[in-house]
Formats: sequence, C-alpha cells, structure tokens
Amino acid sequence: MSHRRAARADILGRAAVAGRVVLAAGGGYGIAALATALLSLTLPLPRSEAVTAATLLSVAVMVGVVVAVFAARSLLRALVGVGAAGLVLGGALWLVAGAIPPGPAA
Amino acid sequence: MRNGLRQSMAWLHTWSGLVVGWVLFAVFLTGTASYYKPEISRWMQPELRREASLGPDVLARAADLAVAHLQAHAAGARTWFITLPQPDRPLLELFWRTRPGTPPGRAVLDPRTGEPAALRETKGGEFLYRFHFELNLPPLWGRWIVGGCAMIMLVALVSGVVTHRRIFADFFTLRRDKSAQRGWLDAHNVTGVLALPFHLMITYTGVVTLALMYMPWGVTAAYRGDAQAYFAETGQITQPRPPAGRPGTLAPVGPMVRQAAATIPGPLERLTVANPRDANATVVAVFEEPHGLSHEHPQVAFDGATGAVVEVRQGGLRPAAKTFTTMVGLHEAHFAGAALRVLFFLCGLMGTAMVATGLVLWTVARLPRSGQAPGPGWRLVHGLNVGTVAGLPAAVAAYFLANRLLPPDLAGRAEWEVWAFFSTWLATTLAAFLPPPRQAWSGALVLAAALYLAVPVADVLTAAAAWDDPAWFLGFDAAIIALAACLAIIARKVARYEAPRRARRDAAGRPAPGAPPAAPEPALHAAPGPRGEGADARLGRA
Repeated sequence: MSHRRAARADILGRAAVAGRVVLAAGGGYGIAALATALLSLTLPLPRSEAVTAATLLSVAVMVGVVVAVFAARSLLRALVGVGAAGLVLGGALWLVAGAIPPGPAA
Repeated sequence: MRNGLRQSMAWLHTWSGLVVGWVLFAVFLTGTASYYKPEISRWMQPELRREASLGPDVLARAADLAVAHLQAHAAGARTWFITLPQPDRPLLELFWRTRPGTPPGRAVLDPRTGEPAALRETKGGEFLYRFHFELNLPPLWGRWIVGGCAMIMLVALVSGVVTHRRIFADFFTLRRDKSAQRGWLDAHNVTGVLALPFHLMITYTGVVTLALMYMPWGVTAAYRGDAQAYFAETGQITQPRPPAGRPGTLAPVGPMVRQAAATIPGPLERLTVANPRDANATVVAVFEEPHGLSHEHPQVAFDGATGAVVEVRQGGLRPAAKTFTTMVGLHEAHFAGAALRVLFFLCGLMGTAMVATGLVLWTVARLPRSGQAPGPGWRLVHGLNVGTVAGLPAAVAAYFLANRLLPPDLAGRAEWEVWAFFSTWLATTLAAFLPPPRQAWSGALVLAAALYLAVPVADVLTAAAAWDDPAWFLGFDAAIIALAACLAIIARKVARYEAPRRARRDAAGRPAPGAPPAAPEPALHAAPGPRGEGADARLGRA
C-alpha cells in the first residue's frame, strides 16, 4: 500500500517537474519578450539605445525567471508568479504602445 | 522537487546537462577550434601564396575584376558581397544573394586575372566556424537549437553557482584516490569552476551575438520590425537605401575603392553592392575592425550610380550599442594577440572538458551493479558519449585528412571533405555500441589519435612541395601531433586504469564492468533511492 503511495508520489513529483520545465521555457521566454518590448519603449534613452539595452538585458531576465520557477516552493506558486508578472508587463505594454502614436518605421 | 532546492537544482543540472550535453560538446569543440579559423583555412589551401602588402591600386583593380565577373554571372542578384584580397589571403571571394529561398552563389577568383583561383576547393575553417552555431543544419534551425542549448547552459551555470557552497574549495579539489566517480565529479567541478568566468562570458555573449534573432520584440515594438532601420540608427551599418525601381548603371568601383582607402586609414576588407542594377544602387566599403575589444567595422557608403560618397561611419557608437559590439568582440576574440588567443583556446578546451566530464560522470554514477547487464538507456548514453567525446575529434581529424588525400581537382571536393567529417563521426558512434564499454572508449580514442597522427604525415607527403612557409606548416603539424599525443595519453589511461585500492576492495572478485571503469562505492551513495541519486545530490554539495 505504502509502496503504491510512494510510486504515486513519484509520478506526481515528476509531473510537477515537467510542469516547471514547460513553465520555465514558455514563461521565461514570454516574460523576457514582454520586458524587452516594454523597456524598448519606456527606457529614457534614444530609441536605438533603449532597444539595444533591453535586448541585452533580455537574456538575464529569462535566466532569472527560469531560476525563480525552479526555486519556487510549488508549481502553483511559480505559475501564479509568472502569470502575475506577465499580466503586469502585458498590461503596461498595452498602455504604453497605445499611448505612443504610430510613427514612421525609420 | 520534493527534496528541496539543492536537490531539485542538482536534478535540473544532471538531466538538462545530459539532454544538451552532446550538442554543447560539439559547439564548444568547434567554437574552440574557430579561434584558429584563419590558420585552419590557410593550412587547408597550401597552394595559396601570401603577399607582402596590397596597395589601393591593387585593391581597386581587383574590385573592378570582381564586378566584371558578377555582372557576367550574377546580374540578377539583389546583393553582391566582395571580399577583397588581404596579404594573408590574396584572393577575391565573391558571394551573392538572389532572393530569399534560393541558395546563394559563390566564386573564388585570382585578384590579378579575375579567373577562378587555382586552389583546391575547401570550406576550410569556415566549416567548423559555421558548425559551431548552425550545426550544418538549415541556418534558422541550427541557430535556434544552439541558442536553446546555450540558454540551458546559462541556467545550469547560474543555478550551479547559486547552490554551490564550496565553490572556492573546488578550485583545489581533485580526489583521484577515492573512487572513479569522485574523480570524475571533481574533474567536472575543477574544469567548470576554474574557467567559470570564461564559461559565463562566452555563453552570455554567444547568445548576445544572435540576440536580435532570438529576441526581436524590442525592434518589433520600437521600429515596427524594421531591423535595418534599427541597425542604421545604432550606427552599426550605413543607412539602407531602398531601390528606386528604375534600371541604372553601376559606376566603376575602382575609384570608390581608392577614395574609401583615402578616407579611412585601416585595411579595407570587403565591398557590399546592394541592388547593383538599380538607379539607387549602393556600394559600401567595409574596413577591418580597428584595434580594441569592440566588434565594429568602419564603413563608407557610395551612391552606386554616381560614385559619390553618401555616408561615412567610423566609431561614435553610443553606450548600449558599444556594449553590444564589445560583447560580440569578446566572444569572437579577434582583438586577442597570440598569447591571449592561446588562453582563450585553453579556456575553450576546458569548457569542452567540462561538458565531456559531465557526460562521463552520468554513466559512471549509473554503472550497472556486478553481474547485471547495463540497461538500454545506459548503453544509449554510453554509445553517444563515446561517439561524441571521442568521435567528434576524430571527425575533425578526418576532415583535415580528407583535405590532403582527396585529389585536388575532384568535383565537389569541399562537400566530400564534409562527408568525411560526418561519416567518421557516424561510424565511430555506431561502432561504440559493439565492444564492451572500456574497449569502446580506448578504441575510439586510439582511432582519433591515429587519425591526428596521420594528418601531418599526409601533409608532408602530399603538400610539402606547395608550402610557401615551411616553418609555419611544420608548426601547424606540430600542434596536430600534440593533439594526437593528448588523445593517445587519454586512451592509454583508460586502457590501463585500475580502480583505486579502496574501491577495488569493494569490487574484489567482480570483473571491471565499464569504462572508464570503476566500481561504485556503496558508502558514497548518500541517499538510498534510484541509482545515481547520491551522485546527483552531491553535485549540489549538500
């Protein structure tokens, strides 16, 4: 009986790990992409400098999110954290991109 | 995850490392070789004669010959790329793109005559360099795979540092006397920790070199996806000039080359001709990077129809752009002189060894117990380990060897060299599954050593008559012999290895099961559980 419970816990543990892998890859890239787009529009620098700085930082942002996802106490907490960050960044980007009038590409 | 942070990080490190380890080994090995890309290319074309110096007149005439060839053979192309002759490589190398989806065209010409150069056809060091970030796959696929592996490596490095308590002590820890597993674990830690600043730098800057492909969303948001406008605004390229849509005639490029050489002091490296048959054709003269860390080429843009200077780009990058170009420069190490380049090369080898020891550690920690046959998973990992760690160096040697042994005028010669590389790699990997593990290792390493030893022999026998600088070629051959010696020493160590005394006492009466052979010490398994978990937990240094 306890053997079966242990096996079940093992499978659950592995599923949680798989969930974290998916969340780390998808959420990490998503947060990094949103942060890059938002910082590109909001950093108080010339446009090309803001894009360059944001893109250089994006690598560190993604690594940070991945480590945080694996450091979180449970998959649910990690999911809530990544989801909240994504909502905040996405909302801010929506406001900022809406506020900037569409200009010429170059 | 149920075992706390350190164990979960150790789990992540072990399994992510195994999944990307073979790709990372290939990326590290070919990237390390690419520090000597120009030397490898020179060695692979011994017929090439170097020249003392090339004045603006020689360059101007060569550029005119190049344009004549392109007008005749690539008139419909959108862009021509002309690499001008350099003292080290006095050749005209032409490359053109017609439209996305069609393969680009290439030609190598003699800069004096404009005729195809009388050289053996080869991809030279360029093949290893491209393999380093494209894996010989379609470029987009290769770059995304390598980028994903690099990100996983970065995560493994950072999580390793965060969870590592004894990082300083690991500089000085190599316990070969306790057990094979300890020895491999310590070797993995020493190679990982000693060159840790290099590993972090090379991985981060490596991702940065292609960051705008991986993370284009800043350009999407701020430039509506117009990457050319972004690059021009950062000052890395001259302002792009869209085609007028009317036919035009390209002015002679010789005078443009002379004027560019008079404008900027550095050596002129190449010309880019955009929309050559359009009224708005643009010729850009690109110079070598000036001395310094930053990877930035001074450029002069000309109006192709009139030959008038449109724009001069030289230095003056703003801080973020300068940071970007400096990171790319650090990755490529073009700034490094001979001594520093050796250091970069050794750090690269240490990274290669870190990946290799990690892969070996996985199998050593999971050696089958006495009397048990290894499972299919273990045999698969072991075979791929041998095929990669020993087979890939052997494949590089086969690539060099094919360069000397194939007939110089063979049709499709460059492709045959690449075929030699891949078939050696594949054959070594398949053969690694047949013999017992230890014999597989020593056999593959002996094969690699023998192939490296054969390279200088083939060089002296077939190409010595063509050498323009015998001392240089002998120096290259000596380096190859040194590599052969290293591989032979490792092969001998593997073949003659005996488990340390303490471990051997535990193992008394059993046949040495594996390679590199070791009997796992039961006492070292810190926690009962699935095999190898003890070793995994120790990676985190509880």
